[in-house]
Amino acid sequence: MTTELLARAQFAFTIAIHYLYPPLSIGLGLALVMMEGLWLKTGNPMFHSMARFWTRIFALTFAIGVATGIVMEFEFGTNWATYSRFVGDIFGSALAAEGIFAFFLESGFLALLLFGWNKVGPRMHFFATCMVAFGAHFSAVWIVVANSWMQTPAGYHLETVVNGKTVVLPQDYVVTTADLTSVRAVVDDFWAMVFNPSTMDRLTHVVLGAWMAGAFLVVSISAFYLLRNRHLDFAKASLKIGLGFAAVASLLQMVSADFTAKGVVRNQPIKLAALEGVYQTAPRTPMTLFGYVDAKNETVVGPKIPGLLSLLAWGSVDKPVVGLRDMPGAEFLKARHPGATPREFPALRKSYWPNVPAIFQFYHIMIIVGVALLGLVVVACFFWWRGWLFDTGRPRTRWLLTALVFSVLGPQIANQAGWFTAEMGRQPWIVYGLLQTSESISKVVSANQIVASLVLFALVYALLFAMFIFLLTRKIQHGPVEEEDEMPDSWKALIRTTPRA
Amino acid sequence: MTLPDLNIIWYLLVGVLFTGYAMLDGFDLGVGALQLFVRKDEHRRLFLNSIGPVWDGNEVWLVTGGGALFAAFPEAYATVFSGFYLAFMLLLCSLIFRAVAIEFRSKEEWTWWRQFWDVAFSAGSFVSALLIGVAMGNIVRGIPLDANHEFAGTFLGLLNPYALLMGITTVLLFSMHGAIYLAMKTEGELHAIVSGWIPRLIGAFLVSYLLFNIYTLVDVPWVLETVRARPHVLLVVAANVLIVLNIPREIHKGRPFNAFLSSCAAMALMMATFGLTYFPNMVLSNPEPAHSLTITNAASTDKTLGIMLVIAIIGVPLVLAYTASIYWVFRGKTSLTRHSY
Repeated sequence: MTTELLARAQFAFTIAIHYLYPPLSIGLGLALVMMEGLWLKTGNPMFHSMARFWTRIFALTFAIGVATGIVMEFEFGTNWATYSRFVGDIFGSALAAEGIFAFFLESGFLALLLFGWNKVGPRMHFFATCMVAFGAHFSAVWIVVANSWMQTPAGYHLETVVNGKTVVLPQDYVVTTADLTSVRAVVDDFWAMVFNPSTMDRLTHVVLGAWMAGAFLVVSISAFYLLRNRHLDFAKASLKIGLGFAAVASLLQMVSADFTAKGVVRNQPIKLAALEGVYQTAPRTPMTLFGYVDAKNETVVGPKIPGLLSLLAWGSVDKPVVGLRDMPGAEFLKARHPGATPREFPALRKSYWPNVPAIFQFYHIMIIVGVALLGLVVVACFFWWRGWLFDTGRPRTRWLLTALVFSVLGPQIANQAGWFTAEMGRQPWIVYGLLQTSESISKVVSANQIVASLVLFALVYALLFAMFIFLLTRKIQHGPVEEEDEMPDSWKALIRTTPRA
Repeated sequence: MTLPDLNIIWYLLVGVLFTGYAMLDGFDLGVGALQLFVRKDEHRRLFLNSIGPVWDGNEVWLVTGGGALFAAFPEAYATVFSGFYLAFMLLLCSLIFRAVAIEFRSKEEWTWWRQFWDVAFSAGSFVSALLIGVAMGNIVRGIPLDANHEFAGTFLGLLNPYALLMGITTVLLFSMHGAIYLAMKTEGELHAIVSGWIPRLIGAFLVSYLLFNIYTLVDVPWVLETVRARPHVLLVVAANVLIVLNIPREIHKGRPFNAFLSSCAAMALMMATFGLTYFPNMVLSNPEPAHSLTITNAASTDKTLGIMLVIAIIGVPLVLAYTASIYWVFRGKTSLTRHSY
């Protein structure tokens, strides 16, 4: 393997493992706000022990999220030094803002959330819970801003230094490998950088994915208790909250998915064609439901709905989605390869395509899982409406609850597949249309060093993941406990003798 | 604002962030390094819970310092982190291990389980402190850079005796700092044990620190030259010596909080001494000083430094406010409850 592939593999591995946890912190954080809000509103001590139980789960995911997240802050410099030099002026400020605005907020109030139950009053504690959830969302904002800038760069210009003087380069300047010691991207307009063309769509998509991760975790564990006939009051109330949350997030996610895909149509047409394996430009472009890409023959095998991709992309079945064989355009290739003749273009084009078979699969896995989760939630809500959901004597209810127990894997799979789609779909670029990934690696880091670190992280993360699953299982087995006897008086005063809920 | 001003402000702010990290996570790492020196489970739990509510926020100083370095001086960020690749990967793994050890350790009752995570916590803390010191030592001494500011040395070259001595000094400094913190947070038997360590740790740190300074004067010629050119640095050094000597005095008088403040101030003054002598370098090139990264050639544009300054002006007061409130809420002696680590 080349150094580039190793650097990518190492980064992908560390960030994929990391990304198991932050969505849970974001989604579960919001669920904690709902639960603790209900406790304050109703004075029902069950909501208090519910909030405390989910806080313990939250603490576990948060700790591992923090531990694995420190790595990410430094891996741009360790693995992608050339990239860091090239975009530091723009990319660094988003990371620094994340630290100052989001991480400090989160970690500071986390102390109150976890250890403040007997130290501060209930309203102050609720405020801390809100701030932790807010901080978690805020960190998503800044990191998605930074990543979206890599997908759709905006608000910058290129400049270089000639004889000690800074020279601004034209908008259409083509960066070559030889430029990389002197050319850099610098910020023109901070807000145009922050609100680049894909930020809002992608941020919504990522946050909803995180809500789904948190919501389905609550759903899953509650369904497990119902099936086992344990902690029934708690499980029913938790399941209602989780299911409501999951339904809202899953529905909104469908809308957001459409917006995100339309953004890819506008901003990254090559990526869009690759997602669906569209090679040939033709009207009534079909959408494949599932299948595989035969890259050699440049075709897709699988059931298709004619015209659906055209309809989703353009709102019209007749307008074709441009195929990979026509991209990138001749103008682009002429600018990048001044000596090349049009006969060489088809071969050159391929070097600007991502790995089509792989991202086709990731993209379709994400969609299939997302739709399946929505379907599951709809069925569960139907059962709830008919009053069957908690009737564990019914075989169909037991089937549904079993499916809900496993539903926790769904958002995790979809979130990971979605990120692989986004990031592999961006290849061969690290900054879309501007800088290639192969040019961005650290020049001084050898393949052996990356292998060593990859092995090290593989061992550490395998142990960590095993521990996480083990402790999570133990916490679930332990279950929620009545906390009333330990409550300080200021908290006990909130309990109502005839709870409203 | 004119160009050098912004660069100097960011040199200062990055320094403040890393100093904040040393003061705060310094005692976390110190507590970790000392963990295995107490035997009783209850004592070990008290150690963990003394830093329980704050360690996570303390590590954010490192993350934010890294982000600020990236944003303000991307060339320095890229050079240091790619150049120190393996050392940093080891540091990151150590930090991960000690972080999760805090969370995992007391979740199960089994002796082997607790022993394993105690060792992980302690070793992770020790190695983290050591590697931070080694990295710092190399930055002080200068590292080989080529004309494009790329690191031109080797991993083994980073483990030179000078940097290792700095590493050991850092471990001792953090351990002393951690022990003083523990003296504030503990009572009774454990307080007596911890208080017994402090004079020895102070002594060991002072010896190591003295050796390190002698080594610096002998081995790192630019330091002496710069101090001759900038004699005002000596004022900071003098203040530093006084404040370091104040630590045993405060301990002797039974005022661990004052000793802790002195220890924090000593760290700040050490960083100030370093910052004043090192200025305007960000990463010194040794043996080719012309290839050094400075606050001008490593920096982002004025526009970005200005934007970042706005971010800092809004953000830093907030950060200080919640850091102060958290320490206030969790002030006093640590006690164990059912929900403790």
